[in-house]
Amino acid sequence: MTPFPGMPLITTAIFVICLSTMVAGAFLAVASSRLIRSVCGLAICCIGLAGLYYFLHSPLLALMEILIYVGAVCVTIVFAIMLAEPEEPARSEKSGSILAWGCLALLSTVAIFCGLTWLGLHSRWASPGDLINDGSIAAIGRALLTTYSMAFEIISLALLVAILGALVIARSGRTHH
Amino acid sequence: MNTVPIYNHLTVYLVAAAFLLALGIFGLIRRRTLVGMLISGELIFSAASLNLMAFNRFTAPDPVVGQVFVLFIMGLAAAEVAIALSIIIAVYRNFRSVTAGQISELKG
Repeated sequence: MTPFPGMPLITTAIFVICLSTMVAGAFLAVASSRLIRSVCGLAICCIGLAGLYYFLHSPLLALMEILIYVGAVCVTIVFAIMLAEPEEPARSEKSGSILAWGCLALLSTVAIFCGLTWLGLHSRWASPGDLINDGSIAAIGRALLTTYSMAFEIISLALLVAILGALVIARSGRTHH
Repeated sequence: MNTVPIYNHLTVYLVAAAFLLALGIFGLIRRRTLVGMLISGELIFSAASLNLMAFNRFTAPDPVVGQVFVLFIMGLAAAEVAIALSIIIAVYRNFRSVTAGQISELKG
């Protein structure tokens, strides 16, 4: 069976599209002044990240990324924005201190990025050797119900407690207002 | 042509994850509303997940471990967002604002 002509080029192009989608979404999430655009940036970033998960041989995580982040987290944040109208007010401090804090933030960010990139480029990572399973969805399900069954149960408990806690916290203060 | 394609390099994913982490920290410093900080925190979560998945794909002998770990990270991130948003709503009820600079009142 001969592969489709130009297949490596097409795959590389799709990878670059996913990567640039993620980068552009992250930029939008951080740099835009209106929060609703920032949430849209987070959603775009997560869609690109799902593509990267697909390239990392994990279609389940790609699906879960879109389902949980785009479908649940971003929609919940949009609801919070609609309820609380959290628009950033104009800055009240002097422009000198704004500039100083901005430079400090940019400097620390660039330092973190350069340091981690240098580490990633200059370390020798071990090659995996023989894989002990294929990492398919069936293998994940088996691992979740055998090796990680305790963590699986505990995370369900954590989600239950989080839901109850969120309800209790958001409810208090509603009546005497 | 025998070169490894770009999507099979560990370093590409590592640099992408470092970029996400750096942007998340930048947003965490620069944002002045709680919701904006929450969004930046989600970016940092994504960076950690991408890093774990990259190492899982390229260096781990068991490809299931990283996927299970990232699934747990997603579950905890969802729980964290629910709690944080309910706290934000409660704060907005009390202060009529979610700007971090104005929420400076302690009650002990």
